[in-house]
Amino acid sequence: MNIQEMILTLQKHWSDEGCLLMQAYDVEKGAGTMSPMTLLRSLGPEPWNVAYVEPSRRPADGRYGQNPNRLYQHHQFQVIMKPSPDNIQDLYLKSLEKLGIDAEKHDIRFVEDNWENPTLGAAGLGWEVWLDGMEITQFTYFQQIGGLEARPVAAEITYGLERLASYIQDKENVFELEWTDGVTVGDIFTQPEYEHSVYTFEESDDQMLFDLFSTYEQEAKRIMEKGLVFPAYDYVLKCSHTFNLLDAKGVISVTERTGYIGRVRNLARSISKAYVDERERLGFPMLKEGESSYE
Amino acid sequence: MSNTVLFELGLEELPARFIDDAIEQLTKSTEAWLNDRRIPYESVKSYSTPRRLAVQIFGVADKQPDLEEEAKGPAKKIALDENGEWSKAAIGFSKGQGQSVDEIYFKEIKGVEYVHVKKFTPGQSTVDLLADFKAVLLSLNFPKNMRWGSFNLKYARPIRWIAALFNDQVIPFAIENVSTDAYTYGHRFLGSKADIKHADQYEQVLKNEQVIADKNKRKTMIEQQLSHLEQTRNWEIVKDDQLLNEITHLVEYPTVFSGEFSSEFLEVPEEALITSMKEHQRYFPVRSTEGVLQPFFVAVRNGNDKHLETVARGNEKVLKARLADAQFFYFEDQKGSIDEKLKKLERMVYQVELGTLADKVSRVKQFTESISRKLGLGERVEKQAVRAAEISKFDLVTHMVDEFSELQGIMGEKYARIYGEDEEVAAAINEHYMPRQANGQLPESTVGAVVSIADKLDTIVGSIAIGHTPTGSQDPYGLRRQALGIIQILKDRNWSLCVEDLLDEVIDFYFTKNLPTRKKEDVVQEVHDFFRTRASYLLKDEGMAPDVIQSVLAQGIQVYSQTSAKALILMEKRNDNQFKSVHEALGRVLNLAKKTEAAAIDPALFENKSEAALYELHRDIHENYQQALKEQSPESALNLLAQLSDPIHSFFDQTMVMAEDEQLRSNRLALLKQIASDILDFADLNAVQWKQQY
Repeated sequence: MNIQEMILTLQKHWSDEGCLLMQAYDVEKGAGTMSPMTLLRSLGPEPWNVAYVEPSRRPADGRYGQNPNRLYQHHQFQVIMKPSPDNIQDLYLKSLEKLGIDAEKHDIRFVEDNWENPTLGAAGLGWEVWLDGMEITQFTYFQQIGGLEARPVAAEITYGLERLASYIQDKENVFELEWTDGVTVGDIFTQPEYEHSVYTFEESDDQMLFDLFSTYEQEAKRIMEKGLVFPAYDYVLKCSHTFNLLDAKGVISVTERTGYIGRVRNLARSISKAYVDERERLGFPMLKEGESSYE
Repeated sequence: MSNTVLFELGLEELPARFIDDAIEQLTKSTEAWLNDRRIPYESVKSYSTPRRLAVQIFGVADKQPDLEEEAKGPAKKIALDENGEWSKAAIGFSKGQGQSVDEIYFKEIKGVEYVHVKKFTPGQSTVDLLADFKAVLLSLNFPKNMRWGSFNLKYARPIRWIAALFNDQVIPFAIENVSTDAYTYGHRFLGSKADIKHADQYEQVLKNEQVIADKNKRKTMIEQQLSHLEQTRNWEIVKDDQLLNEITHLVEYPTVFSGEFSSEFLEVPEEALITSMKEHQRYFPVRSTEGVLQPFFVAVRNGNDKHLETVARGNEKVLKARLADAQFFYFEDQKGSIDEKLKKLERMVYQVELGTLADKVSRVKQFTESISRKLGLGERVEKQAVRAAEISKFDLVTHMVDEFSELQGIMGEKYARIYGEDEEVAAAINEHYMPRQANGQLPESTVGAVVSIADKLDTIVGSIAIGHTPTGSQDPYGLRRQALGIIQILKDRNWSLCVEDLLDEVIDFYFTKNLPTRKKEDVVQEVHDFFRTRASYLLKDEGMAPDVIQSVLAQGIQVYSQTSAKALILMEKRNDNQFKSVHEALGRVLNLAKKTEAAAIDPALFENKSEAALYELHRDIHENYQQALKEQSPESALNLLAQLSDPIHSFFDQTMVMAEDEQLRSNRLALLKQIASDILDFADLNAVQWKQQY
């Protein structure tokens, strides 16, 4: 099964289970969790079920397209179901079955892995899912987001698409994976991987990035005060990516690092709070009649 | 009739580390609950798999035994009014006990007659009481709890089913949206939902569904399969007990399998390979019968042996990628010199207030030099120790340690050897982290021991100086272990270094560099107390009694080995009748001297012979006594003190210390003060609870 078919299969599966199919969000980010479709929508009492593919940038993992296991940008298939349904684990295991993974022929385990993202003031409890010893999915029940308690609780399922594909296609090199028949990941991504690595580690303009970080931060604060939650959040994402670029280049010392993470976290916190307040002001429009708000 | 009761909590996969404790709690709470409810039973057995916690109670009685109690009410004179009728108090009492006044009888207690009734509580049927057992299931404590869905309950993991049976009868209750029933779920992939027709059949029902519910049985299965593999392959499987236990909690039905990896990876130090296998993948490493690491691994599948080849191949692929990383790190780390790596420490913050790791290293280097000199280790060893301190942290910037932090020091030693450092220096890089856990291995080499002490002194004093003193269970830097480690090393090597002197030197250095954020007197006090508490634990481990420990630590730890020897002596003297007179004499001196300031003694003011005799004898033994302490011979020191016993007794018999004449009084107190000061150099004898038979 090529990656394109995997995506179609997962989309069909989760769509059938009642998820909205969304598209990747158009601001750079390190993980599908950071899309407002997850981070903001997981807050507050409104039900929310969604699935989407998220290209995720991790500048520090860039290897000039030469490491068979590491990528500047990989792809996550992200599922959020809030409140988490009782059969969420079964739904997940069914999705694996549809990807052609016969549980009886393999060893599938749920191994404790508690997820924490200090930059976003977010934490959850759950597992990494192992397929014959390989971590293929992160499975998390959100407990806290942007410093706020997550109630009701959303279940987040994040498939690492390349990881999973390397298993399904039995390939050892990520660049040999078939995106679709006859076209490999290497065909599509070798050049951007190389160029982004050169940019990240050699050519990026440190001073410009430092300036951008401050500019984005200021703008996020400014428009947040005007109650513009979503635009403000876009600037937080930009801050986060800019920070990742600087961090990967190694121009942020350990002390400064803590400071920068703290700045992004403070923004994420106030935006999370503002989001919930704004939804409340709007009367939690996605809350169906008869459902209580969880206070 | 004897019955069986079963409760099974079906959960999403529990973290392995929670399970042992949860099962112990479940067993104890169940027993406590049964006893509290007066329900007779024979035995309790708990079960666990990643997806369930269960408890089975055997030999349960049908009902509680009836309870016949006697209840005491008001006194007779209150119970009867002037007409001999029952008073309101009596009527109220009997009503309260569920009886009528006709049941009242009188009984005398200490000469007063009181109203009594026999109270009969019929035993309730067990099955009715069992619905309350829910409270036991909800009372279990886990290291971390979570919420799920829209529910309020916080528990280790979401609850998905509950089986609750009294023989074949469902015990009704619900936790959130889950109601009790008479079924369970088998193995996720090999079993299915199954009815439990009788509580007795629990283990068998699950076995049919490919689940071994008894943790010990699973563990035995794994162990047997491991030894079978060892025999057929002629292997020595490294069976780490902690790992074995964790794996037992990760599977419902264990099947052992093995896989291999390319022998080219064996060029990587085996510690790195083993860490990669154990920590990341939960594999057992394999050695030859001669102890040489082999390119194989052993793992446990959660399932049966069907398609085991596929599982093994998948695991091999994962391990290959992991080991390739380790190999890449190993060779990458050897590029560039040690100096280049040390340079990078200048950019790594140790503690914001205390500077970078390079700053820390420079302090450790200085303390190492000073300790080496105090010990008179000689030029060669001193040089090696200083070099070891200088490069003690260089491996922290390597990829390998970045990936596997537990290999810090271990990789440093390997790389240092490759870089051509002295053998002693290389070994010390590893040893300076010892002991790595409470009562762990201590440094074997002198060089390693010195650097270990210096590094730990710096860490502890530095942390306390900026207000990071451990509190309660919060000790993120392991300062307690490190302080204990220093004392253990001093003891192990029999080094006569005064602990307080070591601490004060480091504290002084910190203050000359203006690093602390707190007042000096507070830092000194806290650091001394911190170490003293550690020393008291160590003395307790050596079998010393709390009062003796308090007595010998009254003046600080000083030289630990001598302090420990003093404690041992006092443990004996505490029961020694012949010592009674001595400790009484010395103790009296300590008491009287307590509130006195030291002052000069004027022998011209002595009024009787006993004063002069005591003064002279003390003057004669004083130097020898201090010398004995200096030479670490507490036994001879105490013998010298004991010589003062008789003169002290005669002194008190013949001399009025609290004389009216102030000059006389002060002079006598000054004499006692001087002697007391010597006694305290041994121990505060008045802290000892003397146990002599009188």
